[in-house]
Amino acid sequence: MIVAERKKIQDLLEIVKSHKKLLVLGCGTCVTVCLAGGQREVSIIASALRMAAKLKGQQLEVEELTIERQCDNVFIEQAAEAIQRNDAVLSLACGAGVQAIAERYPSKPVYAGLDTSFIGILEERGIWTEKCAACGQCVLHLYGGICPVTRCAKHMLNGPCSGSREDRCEVDPNRQCAWQLIYKRLKEIGQLDRLKKIKPPKNWSRSQSGGYRTILREDHRV
Amino acid sequence: MKPEVFEPKIIAFCCHYCAYSSADLAGSMRIQYPPNVRIIRTPCTGRLETEYFIKAFENGADGVFIAGCLEGGCHFVEGNICAKRRVNYTREMLEEIGIEKERLRMVNVSAAMGRPLADLIIEMVETVRKLGPNPVKLNGSSKKESRL
Repeated sequence: MIVAERKKIQDLLEIVKSHKKLLVLGCGTCVTVCLAGGQREVSIIASALRMAAKLKGQQLEVEELTIERQCDNVFIEQAAEAIQRNDAVLSLACGAGVQAIAERYPSKPVYAGLDTSFIGILEERGIWTEKCAACGQCVLHLYGGICPVTRCAKHMLNGPCSGSREDRCEVDPNRQCAWQLIYKRLKEIGQLDRLKKIKPPKNWSRSQSGGYRTILREDHRV
Repeated sequence: MKPEVFEPKIIAFCCHYCAYSSADLAGSMRIQYPPNVRIIRTPCTGRLETEYFIKAFENGADGVFIAGCLEGGCHFVEGNICAKRRVNYTREMLEEIGIEKERLRMVNVSAAMGRPLADLIIEMVETVRKLGPNPVKLNGSSKKESRL
């Protein structure tokens, strides 16, 4: 899932200061699961904004709404009336959701209420960890299901480096060395020989070079 | 004529298994505590969310007081520890908003602590009295205001 964090209340207030009527729009998918932009967070942030605005003498009316998914036109439709009756939208979705709303309503200012952080998982209650860099060419099959691009601080495809100490990363001793994990996992599944092969440099043209990426599926076009 | 003393309105979320019983005990023992607190019984302080505290302030509470079981004594094992973390998070958020964090406080008591609970309530009322009314109430009006 996409993991995000809320911005500070005073920063949000600064972002929306030129507006009198604001819609705080939540998203019921990834950001709900990572406790950043779901219905509950919409309610908290809306109340916090109302109070902070009052304390600063700013006139601000805040409406709350959460839709199932902001990155999908079908669901965006449900927010149409609320968006129309407000001066601006503070979207508590990931960057994709914010842009989808902005594209759909070109005359309405749409702002991001969250900082979208990474693609990750819930490691344990209250801890989310990055697992995927969306690099465009997955190499997980070569490394026992552990991604060196994301989890090695040096993104090494032919590791480990000489800096790891007792399975800890030299960049941050609180982190496990991804390459130690890869070695242990490949040994466990009997695929250590994969490490004997030197991997050529990765094709980064499928990552973030040359602007945004698109995927075209002719079989699904209408 | 005496100057009017500010009487704060404080929402007290009290756990059914400890603080609510100790407030009851305080009553049975004829121990006085200020009538500034509005007690809300909760099944466990672990049931409380940041949203509850924020909404209480938005609706005009001058303070929010949370009383849970002693650490290690929660009926649901760790509900009071969860509540403590949420209270700490909300205190930081209150500071971001511009509200004094001292207006939100969590204490731990057992069901037998009638006197200590009354003392803690008196302390909380005095703290909030010194801070004055909830600043949100003083700055302009809103339809949501003064629902207490």
